[in-house]
Amino acid sequence: MTTNRREFLKIAGVSTLSLIAPAIVCPAWAKDKIIPVSNSPEALSPSKALTAKRWAMAIDASKCPADCVDCIAACHATHNVPGFGNPKDEVKWIWQEKFAAAFPNESHAYLRESLQKQQLPVLCNHCANPPCVRVCPTKATFQRHDGIVMMDYHRCIGCRLCMAACPYGARSMNYRDPRPFIARINPDYPTRTKGVVEKCNFCQERLAKGLGPACVVACKEKALVFGDMENPQSEIRLLLEKRFNLLRRASLGTKPQIYYIL
Amino acid sequence: MLEKSLKGSRGYWIWIIFLLIVAAIGFFFYLRQLDYGLGVTGMSRDVSWGLYIAQFTFLVGIAASAVMLVLPYYLHDYKAFGKITVLGEFLAVAAVIMCVLFVFVDLGQPSRVMNVLLHPSPTSILFWDMIVLSGYLLINIFTGWVILTCNRKEVPPPGWVKPLIYLSIPWAISIHTVTAFIYAGLPGRSFWLTAIMAPRFLASAFASGPALLIIFCLILKRYGRFDAGEKAIQALSKIVAYALATSIFFVLVELFTAFYSQIPEQAQHFLYLFTGLEGHTKLVPWMWTSAVLAFAALGMLIIPPIRRNDGWLAVACVFVFVSLWIEKGLGLVVTGFIPSPLETITEYVPTGAEIAITLGVWAIGFMILTILYRIFITVHDEKENP
Repeated sequence: MTTNRREFLKIAGVSTLSLIAPAIVCPAWAKDKIIPVSNSPEALSPSKALTAKRWAMAIDASKCPADCVDCIAACHATHNVPGFGNPKDEVKWIWQEKFAAAFPNESHAYLRESLQKQQLPVLCNHCANPPCVRVCPTKATFQRHDGIVMMDYHRCIGCRLCMAACPYGARSMNYRDPRPFIARINPDYPTRTKGVVEKCNFCQERLAKGLGPACVVACKEKALVFGDMENPQSEIRLLLEKRFNLLRRASLGTKPQIYYIL
Repeated sequence: MLEKSLKGSRGYWIWIIFLLIVAAIGFFFYLRQLDYGLGVTGMSRDVSWGLYIAQFTFLVGIAASAVMLVLPYYLHDYKAFGKITVLGEFLAVAAVIMCVLFVFVDLGQPSRVMNVLLHPSPTSILFWDMIVLSGYLLINIFTGWVILTCNRKEVPPPGWVKPLIYLSIPWAISIHTVTAFIYAGLPGRSFWLTAIMAPRFLASAFASGPALLIIFCLILKRYGRFDAGEKAIQALSKIVAYALATSIFFVLVELFTAFYSQIPEQAQHFLYLFTGLEGHTKLVPWMWTSAVLAFAALGMLIIPPIRRNDGWLAVACVFVFVSLWIEKGLGLVVTGFIPSPLETITEYVPTGAEIAITLGVWAIGFMILTILYRIFITVHDEKENP
């Protein structure tokens, strides 16, 4: 009897250990520290991928022709952004706002009229100090080493704290199933499910293939310039050197990376 | 002890069945929300939190009722509260369960809720809120249940409950503080970006929680053959009076900063609340109701003869409850989004489905509370009339 019991306890002990060992060796919180494939240097820079230390965009809206929405159409088609046709459920990654809405603190009644009437493209600012990343309870929104603030649509629980935290209104919630409202599904980019938040991703999926962001490529007037802020010789840095530019709500300390040339 | 909840008068069962029906209707609409998405609610891209998060915020305050009894009784040996501390703890249990349910029904992807534990994010205040709320729930279930069991057996509570009870005091403060921090740390939401948010939460909590507790004590006195005692109720009403005065003071302080500084970002949200912005006035009647009720209740509570009359006291407590439900609920949550950071004014009106789900959660909360109070009353009865 004694041996039997001893044997039983041994087997029970070993089985229990073998069950919990994986959790001890690699607990859930440690898994987060393993660099995900998409964030590893190899995945970010396969031979032809576009890479940077900090991606940023400059927008010279004075070049934008009236009623031109090429950048918006290109972005939304590329990323399977649904068109619900009502402001309540609306999902948008890049859209237009008046100067007074984009720059409430810089706006006043006697600004030159062209500027007051100007429609500016607005999008996620890919802040260097992003409040949305800070508040996310699941790390579903995160910041890559090259500055891109991204969403993991499979991890997002849809609490919308990031929407409250974003001072630019850049985030959209899928209040209903978006798939029936996508005009033409682009198979190269995932569609989303209801109940998750989404936003501009600086076309990381195109950068990985060596392509520039869809909005930048679509702009015939070259009003959008995309580049590496940490490279003093990059086109964007040389441009910002020459032209007066503003950041949206810079006083909030979010360090936005969309530079508006005015 | 749970079996004691199975015995009750006809009224008790009618009440339970009524709550079950309301909860079932809420559940039906929740299934619809699960199927369709959060689009069944009135929430939008601009106003991304609504009735659910408003109830959550308000109910975190109700959970405070416990500490306003526990603190005087255990730290200052204020004996009058001895009889009813368990009532406070049970109210806290029901309130925290409702809080958790309201956050849950607000999630776009509820099946992924465990991601909060699988990928803990210490920089997220919501993560910490989950920790403090679940901790507070456990502490109150434990202490309430153990103390009631000991009361029944007429033995003193075991030694290990005391430290847990002491812990519940700072813990109650923490649930309000952390919930306030969800709002108060967001750049670009000037309405919430104020250091007084946490103190305001505490003040309104210590008014609304005990006010609700007084209402329950008065109901139990009339229909439940349980008298909390004149002294306990009067002491509670003084707590409500002081807390309400502090709460009103804190709001006035906010109004001063907003309107004397004349910084548009500060003032526009309060203007939306009390006058409306560019013709958008949906919350204005609600806020004025809240303001009038708050001052009326304060007047009634600080005049001793009115406060000492059970009927008037009940009216005053209902005023406090309704006033703070508006102010700390929709008034606080929705106004943070109006106007939006892009100066757009999108108003919010809850939909029928949203209201049904909200009522359903309240019904579940009241059911838990009724059952716990039923047990408490039966234990008490058996002791008084063996």
